[in-house]
Amino acid sequence: MILVVAEQRQGVLNRASSEAIAAAQALGGGMPIKVVVLGESVGGLAQELARTDVAEVLVAEHGALGTYTPDAFTMAVQSIIAATTPVFVVLAHTYQARDFAPMLAARLKTTLVTDVIGITGSGAGATFTRPMFQGKLVATVRPKASGPCIVTFQIGAFRADAVRMGSGAPVTKIDVTIDAGAIRQKPEAPFQEAKQAVDLGQAERIVAVGRGIKSQEHLPLVQKLATAMGAEVAASRPICDNGWLPMERQVGSSGQTVAPKLYVALGISGAIQHLVGMKGSRTIVAINKDRDAPIFEVADYGIIGDLFEIVPALISELEKK
Amino acid sequence: MKIAVCIKQVPTREWQPRLNDAKTWIREQDAAFEMNEPDAYALEESLRLREKHSGEVVVCAAGPARIQQVLREALARGADRALHVEDDRLAASDASVTAEALAAAMADEKFDLVLTGLQSDDQGHAQTGVILAERLGIPHSTIVMEVQVSGNDVRIKRELEGGWFQWIAMPLPALLTIQSGINQLRYATLKGIMAAKKKEIKKVAMPAGLQAGQEIVSLALPTRSKQTRLIEGSPAQAAQDLVKRLREEARVL
Repeated sequence: MILVVAEQRQGVLNRASSEAIAAAQALGGGMPIKVVVLGESVGGLAQELARTDVAEVLVAEHGALGTYTPDAFTMAVQSIIAATTPVFVVLAHTYQARDFAPMLAARLKTTLVTDVIGITGSGAGATFTRPMFQGKLVATVRPKASGPCIVTFQIGAFRADAVRMGSGAPVTKIDVTIDAGAIRQKPEAPFQEAKQAVDLGQAERIVAVGRGIKSQEHLPLVQKLATAMGAEVAASRPICDNGWLPMERQVGSSGQTVAPKLYVALGISGAIQHLVGMKGSRTIVAINKDRDAPIFEVADYGIIGDLFEIVPALISELEKK
Repeated sequence: MKIAVCIKQVPTREWQPRLNDAKTWIREQDAAFEMNEPDAYALEESLRLREKHSGEVVVCAAGPARIQQVLREALARGADRALHVEDDRLAASDASVTAEALAAAMADEKFDLVLTGLQSDDQGHAQTGVILAERLGIPHSTIVMEVQVSGNDVRIKRELEGGWFQWIAMPLPALLTIQSGINQLRYATLKGIMAAKKKEIKKVAMPAGLQAGQEIVSLALPTRSKQTRLIEGSPAQAAQDLVKRLREEARVL
């Protein structure tokens, strides 16, 4: 049996939960799939999940699961695993899964394979592919757990619209054991830092800049190219970490997800945290001096060379009448 | 306050991947190494907390002899002393083995706060810190962007996806995994480098009988999901060709 742990926030299912179900279906090997959704009052979401081709949807409701904490979620999922004895526990590789899945694996003394992008074989003998070395290499790993193997799948590795739909799975309530006194984290309400002044999600074209720009004083060159293309300026995380551009212009897992008609990546190596935020763009151009940079894996057009020579040439070409 | 910061040594960003003959790990002799970037931010945060609350910063790492380089660097930036769990098998160990090795060396120190980077730039499991917290029996939070210590509690700002954040409080001792960009890094001064030579690096043996949770069957270069059209020529020629293709082929300009 495969147990999928769906994720919700404030009564809305995370899209990545559908991806996790699609991954579990691919992993299947004839094993039945059960999906569990956890929260204070999440019965409504169960109906949504029950439309997928799974054996059963489990609803785990508890007052201590209203606001996420790693301690409460670990205790809850641990008790669900004890009751259902799955071979695999599948989650999407979200910030929430990153927070509690390693704790769960440590408690169960079992294996956690994270950030998985592919499955070889199926069922108990399956091996998993995952990026290593910032995406410069891909590893095939074999879990060695004796207990249930926990696997988190990278966002976008399996498509939500690839989920096989079913004819209405039964929905069952499941009891969870949580020792409220053992919850050590006291969470406050989530918030957004500032009102976003720019909505990169609406931009038709984006010129994004990464470490290759070297210093803040070169940013006007990027802005000039963006203007010539009718594009918004965006950046990878290190540029915003340095304060060279505001955080709201950051594309990637911790910033915005974009899918413009044209995405031009200047001096961006293409760490996976960046790729997940832009690989849905229709046409991707990469300009980078390193021909092995992972950005070229998703690029439609590539120029290998010095952006300080190529960008001025592009600007003058675009400004030609 | 007694603060531990766990760091890892990883190949540099400029490193071009080369594999060993068995294709199960990298050719280490070709690689240059540096401090894992999120760990550098964790180190900086620990130094700032010491400046504010006084106490001690102990840098901890598990790996082969080569990792002395990053331990010395951390001492040069201001850490007070170092713990080194030394074993060649820790060069390519998975997160659970690394965490168990660190936990064994750190348990008796009774740290008030343990910081580490949110993930490593080599294997990237994003697990070591959380497993370490569990083995030390202390609460944790991950992907931390601000740390406020007051009395016996720590209040942290955790990054959520898509520009959202959340404040979370928990009692000390606690473990936090630090996100890159939480602060501005300092670099070692000449005085710091000289002082580091006199600081202690305590070597600890890896505990026996640690079992990996997973094994690397093979490593390979990634296959491309798209066929990239590489545009050649001088900058002017390449620019002309690219603009033409974006206008006429892709029709996005």
